Amino acid sequence: MTRLASKRKLWFTVSLLVIIPGLISLIFSGLKLGIDFTGGTLWEVRFAQPATALEIETALREAGVETAIVQRSGPANDETFLIRMPEVTEGSARKAELVQALETSVGPFTEREYATVGGALSTQIRNRAILAVALASIGILLYMAYAFRNTRRPLLYGSSALVAMLHDVLVVLGIFSILGLLFNVQIDALFITALLTVIGFSVHDTIVVFDRIRENLAKHPDESFESIVDYSLAQTVVRSLNTSLTVIFTLLALVLFGGGSTRMFVLALLIGIISGTYSSIFNASQLLVAWENGEIQRLFRRFTGARADPALPAA
Amino acid sequence: MRNRTWLTLSFIIVLAVVSGWIALPGSAFDIAGMRAAHPVRQGLDLQGGLQVVLQARPVAGQTLDSGTLEGTRQTLERRVNGLGVSEPLIQTRGSDQIIVELPGVDDPEEATRILQETALLEIIDPLGQYLPPGTLVDTTLGPADDALGAEAARSEATPASPEAATPVATPVAATPVPTARTTTGPVYETIISGAELKSAYVTTGNTGMNQVVGFELQGDAAGRFFQYTSSHLGQPMSIVIDKQVISSPTINGAISTQGIIEGVPPTEVDDLVIQLKAGALGVPLDVVQSRTVGPTLGQDSIEKSIVAGVIGLGIVALFMILYYRVPGLVSVIALLIYTAVVFAIFKLVPVTLTLAGIAGFILSIGMAVDANVLIFARIKEELHLGRSLTQAVESGFAHAWPSIRDSNITTMITTFILYLFGNYTGTSIITGFALTLFIGVVISMFTAITVTRTLLRVLVALGLSDTRWWFGANMPEPSTPAAATQ
Repeated sequence: MTRLASKRKLWFTVSLLVIIPGLISLIFSGLKLGIDFTGGTLWEVRFAQPATALEIETALREAGVETAIVQRSGPANDETFLIRMPEVTEGSARKAELVQALETSVGPFTEREYATVGGALSTQIRNRAILAVALASIGILLYMAYAFRNTRRPLLYGSSALVAMLHDVLVVLGIFSILGLLFNVQIDALFITALLTVIGFSVHDTIVVFDRIRENLAKHPDESFESIVDYSLAQTVVRSLNTSLTVIFTLLALVLFGGGSTRMFVLALLIGIISGTYSSIFNASQLLVAWENGEIQRLFRRFTGARADPALPAA
Repeated sequence: MRNRTWLTLSFIIVLAVVSGWIALPGSAFDIAGMRAAHPVRQGLDLQGGLQVVLQARPVAGQTLDSGTLEGTRQTLERRVNGLGVSEPLIQTRGSDQIIVELPGVDDPEEATRILQETALLEIIDPLGQYLPPGTLVDTTLGPADDALGAEAARSEATPASPEAATPVATPVAATPVPTARTTTGPVYETIISGAELKSAYVTTGNTGMNQVVGFELQGDAAGRFFQYTSSHLGQPMSIVIDKQVISSPTINGAISTQGIIEGVPPTEVDDLVIQLKAGALGVPLDVVQSRTVGPTLGQDSIEKSIVAGVIGLGIVALFMILYYRVPGLVSVIALLIYTAVVFAIFKLVPVTLTLAGIAGFILSIGMAVDANVLIFARIKEELHLGRSLTQAVESGFAHAWPSIRDSNITTMITTFILYLFGNYTGTSIITGFALTLFIGVVISMFTAITVTRTLLRVLVALGLSDTRWWFGANMPEPSTPAAATQ
């Protein structure tokens, strides 16, 4: 069995390589927020005969909607389009005008979905989502401190699991920021659900490894912490991969065969679960080793020391 | 010990058959309509429909209290019932919003318009008859057909609230009651309309014992009401909201500016006050969020999700059998029972299935598999340590349990918080997801611990103890699924 723990710097580097581009994208262009967060109208229509996004956009512009974004959703011969535009209330005279405009300029169509969200509501949802993540994190930390109360550092396990969880959240957010930049992929309320699920799965996966470490620590008190972690990982890695594989199989089936409206949701889950599997093996457990060996504390001291040093000559 | 195993096995078989029977699609093998009474409840995104979030916008000088909002909600509920929608959901959210969900509604634009109209309250002269609550009436202010979806409400014709139908102090029982169809019935005269009502409140009656509903009328209406009540003493009058009778109290004395309505059952007093107020005040509502899903999109989604689910499950089953052999097969059987039990619960609770809910369910299958994987990995380890099959099965379970417990509890914490989050924001996709995942995780712990364990014990008891190979021991670790098929 390869000694995973000895290569921990490599594992952390791999994570950073994935996270940093996403983080840069997040900082400079953020996420493309859907109408759930910005307010506006989402309109999915299917035309009876061939149509193009440009035709629809032109028809809407002539009807006075300047900022409509029209995208084909579904396969090329399906003639289904997603229209995103400023808020137009269902049942209003304005909507009737737009329906009229599309029917005369483009052709008859059926409405598959029509959603409007007022701007004021959206900040509410975002704030509640952040609160939900924070509450879930505290709940998980407390439970893990309780479950690992018999180890030397109960809080270390919970904290490492949370860092690994944060890693997965950043991976998903970063990749979706890049997807938004490249393909105009927007995030909606379902995306928040996906993130919260990833959090649950990430910790779920990490705990199985940590449980093994706890058990082996009790069984082999004379072994070094590093070799205990290596040993525990070797025992659980097949299980981690098998479980993730089965979940990935079902999610892949959903991405490939499932409906369009949940495709991005499932993609977010898929990315998060792959990241979650990686982080529980290569980050969470390695963080335990790094902390037990005093490496994190040293890094922290060097960081604060480095900041203090330049200040000295000036004084 | 062995007796208990067989007992548990019979319990599992019964459970599997019963839940399989409930979960079965279609209407075959139904007994006394029990299965027909518990269909899969589909969410808006699956069966199509309309979801609207309405924001109360009180007019200048009007304060919005919970009573007004609740009254408005009830008014909406009455109107929606008139639309003939099968399972409408109308609930208040926070202090100033109302969420309306209308599955399968035909004309969402019309429905949205109807919801925003303010309620019309009338006090009518029922021509000496006692009109039970729920009756639809034509009045001088307009026929019932003008009221929303009157057609559909007529076909139901059941009183809106059964208790209210029971007694007003002196019900005039003998008189024939106009039936649900009122187009041919009389046009009742409207004495007072909502705009003329100044306030309504709970007060005590003349005896000082009972709680009664008090109300106050504006200037010129008071004169008209005095004239009417003094000439109709001892007869009933009917309070009507949106052309539907909500109460028919008896006139016990002449009323001008202030009056009381006696004989309302104590439990109904508060409700009636709210309804009177709402009819009178009717807080204006704005649509702040709406979502219409066409029926075809929903149908597409269901079909695609089923295909995806079957393919996903098939691959998982294949993988488990190839990799874990006999235990793999056992886990597939356990998974099938798991699926049947979860689906039966979905139908019985009932859980409204949405796309996100289906995703949550599929994810919970992953977690159910995980519990089995943990157990089998442990059993294999125990076998490699040279334990007997019986011992290996028992200690495998004992060792796998802490991991299963801890990992599932954290998932439950997350789903619990998700549920609260979704409930608060009124995002039914999130509550749907959280609920299905939660139920899935709880049941998966049960099937892993009970079903998988019992089936393995039975296999061991049946004398498979010599065939350790079936459990993946005495063989080099299969590095690929193909290796296991030899």
